[in-house]
Amino acid sequence: MGVAIAIVVVVVGSVLFHLFSPWWWTPIATNWVFMDDMISLTFWITGVVYVAVLLFVAYCVFKFQYREGRIAAYEPENNKLEGWLTVLTSLGVAALLAPGLVVWFQFVNVPEEATEIEVVGQQWSWSYRLPGLDGKLGTADNRLISVDNTLGINPDDPNGQDDIIIDGDDLHFALGKPVKMLLRSVDVLHDYYVPEFRAKMDMVPGMITYFWIEPTRVGTFDVLCAELCGVGHGFMRGTVLIDSEEDYALWLSEQITFAQMLEQRDVKVASAVKP
Amino acid sequence: MVDIESKAHQTVPPAEVDEVELYHATSFWTKYVFSQDAKIIAIQYSCVAIGIGLVALVLSSLIRLQLGFPDMFDFITAETYYQFVTMHGMIMVVYLLTALFLGGFGNYLIPLMVGARDMVFPYVNMLSFWIYFLAVIVLVASFFVPGGPTGAGWTLYPPQAILSGTPGGTGLGIILMLLSLALFIVGFTMGGLNYVITVLQGRTRGMTMMRLPLTIWGIFTATVLALLAFPALLVATIMMLFDRLLGTSFFMPSLVEFGEQLSYGGGSPILFQHLFWFFGHPEVYIVALPAFGIVSDLISTHARKNIFGYRMMVWAIVGIGALSFIVWAHHMYVSGMHPYFGFFFATTTLIIAVPTALKVYNWVLTLWNGNIHLTTPMLFSLGFLVTFLNGGLTGLFLGNVIVDIPLSDTMFVVAHFHMVMGVAPIMVIMGAIYHWYPKMTGRMLDEQMGKIHFWVTFVGSYLIFFPMHYVGLVGVPRRYPELGDSAFIPESVATLNSFISVAAFVVGFAQVLFIYNLISSLRNGQLAGHNPWRATTLEWQTPQTPPGHGNFDELPLVYRWPYDYSVPGAPEDFLAQNDPGQGPVK
Ligand code: HEM
Ligand SMILES: [Cu+2]
Ligand SMILES: [Cu+2]
Repeated sequence: MGVAIAIVVVVVGSVLFHLFSPWWWTPIATNWVFMDDMISLTFWITGVVYVAVLLFVAYCVFKFQYREGRIAAYEPENNKLEGWLTVLTSLGVAALLAPGLVVWFQFVNVPEEATEIEVVGQQWSWSYRLPGLDGKLGTADNRLISVDNTLGINPDDPNGQDDIIIDGDDLHFALGKPVKMLLRSVDVLHDYYVPEFRAKMDMVPGMITYFWIEPTRVGTFDVLCAELCGVGHGFMRGTVLIDSEEDYALWLSEQITFAQMLEQRDVKVASAVKP
Repeated sequence: MVDIESKAHQTVPPAEVDEVELYHATSFWTKYVFSQDAKIIAIQYSCVAIGIGLVALVLSSLIRLQLGFPDMFDFITAETYYQFVTMHGMIMVVYLLTALFLGGFGNYLIPLMVGARDMVFPYVNMLSFWIYFLAVIVLVASFFVPGGPTGAGWTLYPPQAILSGTPGGTGLGIILMLLSLALFIVGFTMGGLNYVITVLQGRTRGMTMMRLPLTIWGIFTATVLALLAFPALLVATIMMLFDRLLGTSFFMPSLVEFGEQLSYGGGSPILFQHLFWFFGHPEVYIVALPAFGIVSDLISTHARKNIFGYRMMVWAIVGIGALSFIVWAHHMYVSGMHPYFGFFFATTTLIIAVPTALKVYNWVLTLWNGNIHLTTPMLFSLGFLVTFLNGGLTGLFLGNVIVDIPLSDTMFVVAHFHMVMGVAPIMVIMGAIYHWYPKMTGRMLDEQMGKIHFWVTFVGSYLIFFPMHYVGLVGVPRRYPELGDSAFIPESVATLNSFISVAAFVVGFAQVLFIYNLISSLRNGQLAGHNPWRATTLEWQTPQTPPGHGNFDELPLVYRWPYDYSVPGAPEDFLAQNDPGQGPVK
C-alpha cells in the first residue's frame, strides 16, 4: 500500500510541479515559436505516457502485492497486446518526429532576404562584423590574425573594407529583419547562445557555422557561451539589443568600418612614434 | 513457439566436447590476489569500481556545493570546478558503471548463469582486471600532478582539451586521462572477449541462447557493443595524444590562442566528436543494457511471475544494441556538422524509442497479475522503472533535433542523462547487490537498512534531478560554476539550486549506510542458504554458497527457460532451470 501511494505521490507531485512551479522558459524574442510549441507538444505526449504508465504500476503494486496463498498468473507472451503497444508507440513517436522535422527544415534553410552577420568567438569574448554598404562580408582567416587585425579580416579583399567591426561592444538587431548569423571561432569551440532566441549553434575553428533568426520583440538580452571553452567559459558573456528600425539605423551610423579602424590605428601609431 | 516454454520432457543434447581441467590455484597469492577465478575477479572489479565511484560521488558533492552555495568556498574556483565536473563524469560513466556492470556483474554472473565452471580464458581475465586497476591508478595520479587533472569536460573536446585555457590542458592532466582511457580499453577488451566467448561457447548442455536469463542477454549484448565501440575511442585518444605530444594536427585546425598563432593546422575538431560519440552513444547502452537485463530478472523473481514477452525482450535488447550504432550524432545537433544529418539522426533516434518503450511495457506487464514481494531488490527495480521512464521520455525531447536546439547544453540535458544513465542504472546496481549478495557471501543484507537506503536514495535522487530539468528550461547552461548576472534567470533559481544541493548531500550521505550494511552483514547478516529468493536460474542451484572453485560439482543440465515461476500444477512457485520436472527425461 505504502509503495503504491508513494508512486502516486511521485506522479501527482511531478504534474503539480510542472504546472505551478515558477520555472519556465523566458519569453521568446524571435520567430522560433515553433520550437516552444514543439516542446509543449512533447510535454503533452510524454506527460500522458508518464502518468499513465506510473499509475498502472501503482495499481499493480497495490493490487498484486504478495499475500499468503496468492498465485501469480502464468502468461509468457501475448502477441496481440504487444502488437498493439508497438503500433501505438510508433504513432506517438511519429507524431513528435514529423512536425519536428518540418520545423528543422525551416531552421536549416535560410530565407533569401536574410542579412549576414558574422559572430567571432574567442577565449573569452564576442566580436561581430556586419557587411557594409556593399552588403557583402570580406573574407577572413585565422592565419591573418595579429595585434592590429584581431578578427583576421583579409586586408586585400575590397569587400571587407567597408565591413563594420564591433569589438567588445553590444550587437544590435533591427526588429523584423531576418539575419543569418555566420559563426566563426578564433581558437576553440564556443556556442553563441541567447536564451530568448532559442536558436544556438557551436562555433568551430576552421569552419563557419550558421543559424538564422527574425527578431520579433524589442529588448536587451544576455549572450552566453554554451560550449565548454576553458576556464572562462562561464564568464564569456555579452549583450545584444533588438531595436526598432529607427534606433537601429542610428546605432549603425555610429559604428566604424574596417578601413576606418585601420586608419585610426595608423594615426595612433604615427602619434606614438612622434616624440 | 520455440523452446521458451517449459517442455520438461525435452531431452538434453549430448556433450560435444570433453570438459577442460581448470587451473587450480594453491597459494594465497594465486587464489585471492592474482586470481584466475571469475568470481574473485568479479569482486576485485566491483571493489575497485565502487571505491573509485565513491570518489566521483564526493566530487559530485563538491560540484553541488559550488552550485548551491556559490562564493562560499575558496577552494572551488572555476578551474577546480571544471576539474571536478570532468573527473566526476568520466569516473561515473567509464570507471564505475562500465567496469561494475561488465567486469563486476559480468564476471560473477556469466559463468554461473550459463552453467560454466569459469570464463573460457581465465588468465586473460585476470590480466583484464589488473590492467583496469592500473588504468584507475593512472587516473587517480592525475589528481596529484602539477596543474591537476584535466578540466576539459568528460567529452574532452579538442582543441580546448589540449590548450592552455583549460585546466590541466598543457600539463600532465590530459595526458594521464588519455593514457588511462587507453589502458582501460585494453583491459576491457581482454575481459570483453571472455564474456562474449563464454556466453557463446561455454553454456552447459540444454542452455540454448533462447533459454539464457535476460541478465546474460543484456551483459552479452552490451559487451559486443563495447568491443565494437571502444576502438573508436581508442583511436581518438591516441590521435589526441599525438596532437598534444608530437604536434600532429588530427583534430587541430589553424588557430590563435590568446593572440598567439599556433603551429597546428588542417585538422578537424568535429572528427573527434564523431569518433567520441560513435563510442559515446553505444556507451549509454553499454550501461543500460545490463541494467535492462538484470532488472528483468529482479522483477520476475520478486514478482514470482515469468517475464512478459521474453522473446520480444531479447529482440529488443539486440535491436537496441544494433540501432545504437547509428544514432551517435544526436549528441552533435548543435556541433556545426552538416544540418541535413539532423534529419537522419533524429529519425533513427526516435525509432530506437520504440523497442525501448516496449521493454518498459513488458516490465510493467510482468507486475500485472503477479505476486509482488516488496523486497529491497523489488523496491530498487520500481525505482528504476520510475527514473528510467522519466529519463527515457525526456530523451524524446533531446532526440528530436528541433527541440534539442533550445535545450542542448543546458541543465535540462544534465537532468536527462542523470535520470536515464545515472540514477536508473544505479538503482539496478543496488537492487542487484541486495539480490546477489547472499550468493556471494552466504549472508543476507539487512532488509531494514536496505529499505531506508532505498527510500532516501530514490526520493532524494528524484528531488535532485526532476527540478533540474526546469533549471535547464529557464535556459541555465550546463558547465557553469555560477549563474552570474543574467536577466533571464530569476532569483528563485538560486534558491532551487540550494535545495537541490541539500538533497544531493543527503543522498550522498545515505550511501554510508549502504557501505556499512555491506560490511557489517558479512559477519552479522542472516544466513542465506542456497536460494533465499527461490529463484530459477543456475547460480542459485550451486552445491555450495558462496559457490566454490569450479562453481558446480557436476555441470547442471538445463531443461527449461529461466522464467518458470508460478507454473500451474507445479509443486512450488518456481521450477529451477535444471529441474527436469514432470515427464520423462532421457
Ligand atoms: C548523487 C549523485 C549525482 C549528483 C548529485 C550529480 C551531479 C552532477 C552535476 C551537478 C554535474 C555538473 C553539471 C554541470 O555543471 O554541467 C554532473 C555532471 C555529470 N555527471 Fe553527475 N551527479 C551524480 C551522479 C552521476 C552518475 C551516477 C553518473 C553516471 C552516469 C553521472 C554522470 C555525469 C556526467 C557524465 C556529467 C557531465 C560531466 C561533464 O559535463 O563533463 N553523475 N553531475
Ligand atoms: Cu564557452
Ligand atoms: Cu546518445
